[in-house]
Amino acid sequence: MSLNMFIQHFINALGLGALYGLIAVGYTMVYGILRLINFAHGDIFMLGAYFVFFATIQYKLPWGVGVVIAIAGATIVGLLVDRIAYRPLRSAPRISALISAIGVSFFLENLAVVVFTGMPRAVVQPDWLMRPIPLGPLGAIRLIPLALMVPIVSFVLVGGLLWIVYKTKPGLAMRSISHDIETTRLMGVSVDRIIALTFALGSALAALAGIMWALRYPRVEPFMGIFPGFKAFIAAVFGGIGSIPGAMVGGLTLGFVEIMSIAFFPNMSGYKDAFAFILLIVILLVKPTGLMGEKMEEKI
Amino acid sequence: MKKFFAALCLIILAASASFAADTIKIGVVATVTGQNAFGGQLELEGMQLANSLYPEALGKKIELIVVDNKSDKVESATAATRLIENDKVNALIGPYGSGPTMAAGEVAEVAEVVLMGTACTNPLVTEGKKFIYRACFIDPFQGEAAANYSYNKLGYKKAAVLTDVASDYAVGLASFFKSNFTKLGGEIVSDLKYQSGDTDFTAQLTEIIERAPDVIFIPAYFAEGAIIMKQGYEMGNKARFMGGDAMDNPEVVTLGGSAVEGFMHTTFAYDPSMPEMNTEAKAFTEAWIKKYADKAPNANAAMGYDAYVLIYQAILRANSADPKAIRDELEKTTNVATVTGMTSFTTESHDPVKDAGVVEIKGGKKLYVDTIKP
Repeated sequence: MSLNMFIQHFINALGLGALYGLIAVGYTMVYGILRLINFAHGDIFMLGAYFVFFATIQYKLPWGVGVVIAIAGATIVGLLVDRIAYRPLRSAPRISALISAIGVSFFLENLAVVVFTGMPRAVVQPDWLMRPIPLGPLGAIRLIPLALMVPIVSFVLVGGLLWIVYKTKPGLAMRSISHDIETTRLMGVSVDRIIALTFALGSALAALAGIMWALRYPRVEPFMGIFPGFKAFIAAVFGGIGSIPGAMVGGLTLGFVEIMSIAFFPNMSGYKDAFAFILLIVILLVKPTGLMGEKMEEKI
Repeated sequence: MKKFFAALCLIILAASASFAADTIKIGVVATVTGQNAFGGQLELEGMQLANSLYPEALGKKIELIVVDNKSDKVESATAATRLIENDKVNALIGPYGSGPTMAAGEVAEVAEVVLMGTACTNPLVTEGKKFIYRACFIDPFQGEAAANYSYNKLGYKKAAVLTDVASDYAVGLASFFKSNFTKLGGEIVSDLKYQSGDTDFTAQLTEIIERAPDVIFIPAYFAEGAIIMKQGYEMGNKARFMGGDAMDNPEVVTLGGSAVEGFMHTTFAYDPSMPEMNTEAKAFTEAWIKKYADKAPNANAAMGYDAYVLIYQAILRANSADPKAIRDELEKTTNVATVTGMTSFTTESHDPVKDAGVVEIKGGKKLYVDTIKP
C-alpha cells in the first residue's frame, strides 16, 4: 500500500471513528451516572439530523441557525424523555428503566415515521465543506474541509465535556451521583436537576453527532440512528462504559478497525464487522471492564 | 356479559365473512418505510393506478390490502402470513427487492397462494416454486446485458465491483456481471464488499480508485448507490458508475446531486423518455400523469402496475378468484401485453423474457438511451 493511500485511509478512519466516539460519549455519560443504557440515544441523534435538515433545507435558514435549532430541539426531547420515561422509574429495578429506554427508542422511531414519513431524504451539504483542499506534493490525497471538521469538532466537544465533568460544580455533582445517589441527595444536591443536566448534555452531543453524520453521509431517515447507535454502544463498552475518554478511544478504535481491515485485506471487505467484533470479544476477555473502564466495587 | 361479547364477536365474524365474499382481495406486501421506501412507494402507486383502471373482476370489487414490510426480510414473511391468514387474500403482490420477496414467497408457497413479484430479479425467487411468479426479467440476463453493454458498446476493459453481501439481489447480479465481463475478455481489477446499512464506503472507494478501473459496477439499491457515488465523487473518482434496475428511481438525482451525472444503469424497458412506447406503456403513462401530476412515471411504478394487470387478467381468464385457479391460469399466460413488454409464463419457467433498457443520467435528468434485446 502506498503512503498516499495509507494517509487517505487514515483520514477516512479518523472521521468515522470520531463520530462513533462522539455518539458513544452520550451512552457512556448516562450509564456512568445512572447505570442506565439509554437506548433512545441513537434516536435523539436521528432527531438532531432531522431538525437540521428541516431548518436548513426545508426552511432555508443559515446552517448556524439550523445547528442551534437542532441542538435546542434535541435537548428538549432529551429532557422530556428523562422526565416522562426515566425519572418515575428512578427507584425501580434497573431492568425496568432499561425496558423503558427500549420503549422510548421504538416510540421515537415510529413517531418519526409518522411525522417525517419513512422516506429517506437527501441532505444538501454547503459547498465550502466539500471543496477539496489543495495539498501540493500530496496531490493524490483528497481532503475536504468536512473530513477535518468532523474529528476536530468531536475532540473539542469531548474536551469541553471533560472540563464540565472534572472542573465544574455540576460536574462534581455528576461524579458524586455516579458513586452514590442517596448520599449525594443527603448532601443537599438536587439530584434530579443534575441528572436532567446530564441528559441535556448527552442529547446536545447526540444532535451534533447527528448533524455531522448527516453532512458526511448526506441522507436522513427515521431509522438512521439504529446502526450508528449500536456501533457507538459497542464502542462505549469497548472503551470501558462509564469512562468518557474511554468512549472516544473505543469509537476511534472501532472506526480504525473497520476502515483498516478493508485497507489491508480488501478481499475480505465483507467481514469488516466480524473483524471489529472479534477484537471486541478479545479485549473484553482480557479486560472485562473495557479499555479504560474502572473496576466496579461491590458495595457491602 | 361474557355471553354478550361472544355473541358480538360472532356477529362481527359473520359480517366480515359475508363481506369477504363480495370482494376480491389482493394483498400487497408493500415497502413504504425503511431503506427502500422510495422504490416500494412507487410500485404501490403503480398498483393503485392499475386498481383504479381495473377496479372490478367477475362482478366483484377488487380491493388492495396493503401491509408494510419496513424494507425487511423478516417483516416481509410476517406481512405475507398476516395477509393470508387474517385477511384471506386471493393473491399476493410481492415486496420491493429479491431478498424480501423470497422471504414472503416461502410463506405464500406453503399456504398455496399466488405471489406475483414486481422487481425481484434474482433467479432464486421463483426457482422450484409453484405459486411464485414475477413480472420482471431475471439477473443472469441483466448481468450479461450490463457486461455486454459496458465492454462492447462503451469499450470498457477494466471493471471494479462493489457489492452488498447482505442483499440476495446484489450478490446475484454482481456475480452474473463479473462472469460475463471476464468471459468477454475484460478484467475485474477490484471486487469489494459492504453490508446493507453501511453508510461509510470511503475505505472501499479509496481502494477502487487506486486500481483505476474504467467502470465501477454497483448492483446496489438506489439509496445506498447514490451515497456511494456521492462519496466517490468527493474522493475524486473519474470512472463511470454503472448499476442495475434497483438504481432506477427518480430520487437518485435528488440524493446524489451532481455526483450521479453520467451514471448509467440497466432497467426494465420503460421510461417516459423512451422514444418508442407500446400501447400499454402509452396508456400507463397517460393515466399516471392524470393521477399523479407532480411525479414522473417510472419503471418501478410500471412493474407494480404490470404485476396487478397479470393477476387481474388471470382472474378474468379463470373466471374465478380461487387462489389455485389463479395459479393454474397464470401458468397459461402467453403474450399478455404489459407496460414493460410482452409477458409469458410456462410450467417450466415463471420468469418472463423481456427487453432491458439502458438509462443514463444527463443534466440531472434520466434519459433512456438504449434497449437490449434478450
